Amino acid sequence: MNWSWFHKLGSPKWFFQWSKKWAAPIFWLGVLGIIVGMIWGLAFAPKDYLQGNVFRIIYLHVPSAILAESCYLSLGIAGFVFLVWQMKMAPVFIKAMAPIGAVMAAIALFSGSIWGKPTWGTWWVWDARLTSVLVLFMLYMGIIAIQNTLDDRVLADKAAAVICVVGVINLPIIKYSVVWWNTLHQPATFSFTKKPDMPEVMWMPLLICVVSFYLFIAGLVVWRMQTEILRREHRASWLKKEVVSDGI
Amino acid sequence: MHPIRRKRIITIAIIVLVLSGAIGLVLYALQQNINLFYTPTQIASGEAPKGVNIRAGGMVVKGSVKRDSNTLFVSFNVTDFKRIVHIEYHGILPDLFREGQGIVAQGKLLPNGTFLASQVLAKHDEKYMPPDVANALKQAKGNTPSKPYNDN
Repeated sequence: MNWSWFHKLGSPKWFFQWSKKWAAPIFWLGVLGIIVGMIWGLAFAPKDYLQGNVFRIIYLHVPSAILAESCYLSLGIAGFVFLVWQMKMAPVFIKAMAPIGAVMAAIALFSGSIWGKPTWGTWWVWDARLTSVLVLFMLYMGIIAIQNTLDDRVLADKAAAVICVVGVINLPIIKYSVVWWNTLHQPATFSFTKKPDMPEVMWMPLLICVVSFYLFIAGLVVWRMQTEILRREHRASWLKKEVVSDGI
Repeated sequence: MHPIRRKRIITIAIIVLVLSGAIGLVLYALQQNINLFYTPTQIASGEAPKGVNIRAGGMVVKGSVKRDSNTLFVSFNVTDFKRIVHIEYHGILPDLFREGQGIVAQGKLLPNGTFLASQVLAKHDEKYMPPDVANALKQAKGNTPSKPYNDN
């Protein structure tokens, strides 16, 4: 397979032109999927025998929690790529992705809290799962803060990349927190090794929601990277030409 | 590979490994603090301190729930299928509280081994199913479909 198209994406110019084509379709496909998945999950999927309709918040909680972790993993990879190969696009990606991941973590925490009150009987408890996800949110906040406080951009990019890489240690802790310690949060419903503890009529809309969240965020992050390229490369002649001839 | 890049990869790998090791040791040392609750076995073996605020967790034993008809007083036993702890509570129970369901109670262990709870939280498991499926299972088996509480 020819990977040259992929390697070219490491150049801001190529990426900018590629993203103009792909950002919008991916984003809108995600939006469409979220609408379908949410309506299916919230209105048509059966309610749970024990929790009743409250369980439907799973269609928001699980996708946002999965994405909060996936976004961080992507930040870790980008951070590593930047620290080792110094690719120009890696910090652009980190800058574009960090706030999205932070919002996902915040939604996971909020929706979990709203779910916890009627089922567990409490908004918050300091168990290992909840606390480690709060740490994830704090890591996102740290990355955003460091990028915005350091005036020297090279230093800011490097410092943010270091947090991205080091913070990846938190991901297995989140994943296995419900296995290693006893927690109020239940263990995972889905795994690669066994059938889900949920019938298809329930997991199908959930799967649609999760996949659509990925698409939605992929589109969003490419858009945000465009903006960041405009900001960083505003002196480049190719960008001037691009903007003058095509608009943004 | 370029020697500078190789050196960078090795540096990052060492930093991440050392940090992982340090965090792993800290989490291991704090294991008992990170665990949200003591299991009935831990309480029976005297691992749980008496007279201070702790949490106890387990599955509510079927047929053990006794309610006072005039007050909000309720007492029940929880088990991890090895030992049993008797819990007394005065207050409103969460909606999901029922026999055969996991709970976590916050309170104090009295000298006689009774656990006096100030708050009771309900645990639920990772299994979801529509009500009609649950009813069918119930009729087929003659009991509730919720799986036995395991100590997570």
